[in-house]
Amino acid sequence: MSFFDYFKTKKKSSASIAKERLQIIVAHERNTREQPDYLPELQQELLEVIRRYVAIRDDQVQVQLDRNDSCSVLELNVTLPEEITNPQ
Amino acid sequence: MARIIVVTSGKGGVGKTTTSASISTGLAQRGYNTAVIDFDVGLRNLDLIMNCERRVVYDFVNVIQGEASINQALVRDKRVENLFILPASQTRDKEALTAEGVQKVLDEMSETFDYLVCDSPAGIEHGALMALYHADEAIVVTNPEVSSVRDSDRILGILQSKSRRAEQGMEPVKEHLLLTRYNHERVERGEMLSIEDVNDILSISLLGVIPESQAVLNASNQGAPVILEDESEAGCAYADAVARLLGEERPLRFLDGQKKGFLKRMFGG
Repeated sequence: MSFFDYFKTKKKSSASIAKERLQIIVAHERNTREQPDYLPELQQELLEVIRRYVAIRDDQVQVQLDRNDSCSVLELNVTLPEEITNPQ
Repeated sequence: MARIIVVTSGKGGVGKTTTSASISTGLAQRGYNTAVIDFDVGLRNLDLIMNCERRVVYDFVNVIQGEASINQALVRDKRVENLFILPASQTRDKEALTAEGVQKVLDEMSETFDYLVCDSPAGIEHGALMALYHADEAIVVTNPEVSSVRDSDRILGILQSKSRRAEQGMEPVKEHLLLTRYNHERVERGEMLSIEDVNDILSISLLGVIPESQAVLNASNQGAPVILEDESEAGCAYADAVARLLGEERPLRFLDGQKKGFLKRMFGG
């Protein structure tokens, strides 16, 4: 850091931007890595079952597994469209 | 029983082969019977870096398929005693490295060598998985750059789930971080991830920091592992890394950049 640097406007260094981006992506990837292999398939099958009754898009079902020390919680989040249509 | 060390990274071009050549040469210089094995079937390069490309007769795949014995395929290094190179096949298919075949060759070599250094291909495909599967220790070669750090994290996840040690519930593979192409001045200017930054993200023990150096290209031009250039910073940094691998304590060197004069420090530059 030189004497004149104190007068320059502070701009975030590219290295610190790199670090922040890495911390986010690496945390996200570690999270998905620890999930069991069957999770995507489970999500797909759940989607099919729900579609028999309600027309929903792929991204309207979220399946997530959270592990605690003693137990795991399978969280299922289904967003239903405003107007529920019955295919029958 | 040999200690099996994989040199891996996920990303290509970060210095795996350079590192394999120098670490194996360093171990042999210390008197250990060492073999360095090229797992990059189809794209072998270790032979060029080790300057034995014209002495290759048989290769790793020939040995696996029983067309040659290990002794026939091993190329003895001309500079350092106790050092042997097992070249990869240049013509065969990657799938020729079968899990059983690799296991058999490594088991047989384990009887005569102290260290087996496995030079992994880039990526996370079959060849890379074969190279890391049997490892006792892993040297994860990383550049201070986003894609390399991300890929290193990915390969660490694979080491923790798909290696033999992980599958058999043994003590986990010992992981070492080797930071290469490090440029201290750019780190000081905030243009490059620092050692601490990479450590915060990967959090594995640091084996060494190899400064970005012209000596590396110079060495590969001539087919001499850079560790033999004992005048160069990169060569000395590799020698330090070998010492740490053997459990010795060595302070990090070559991280102060060029000494700046008083005026330069005052006015920047």
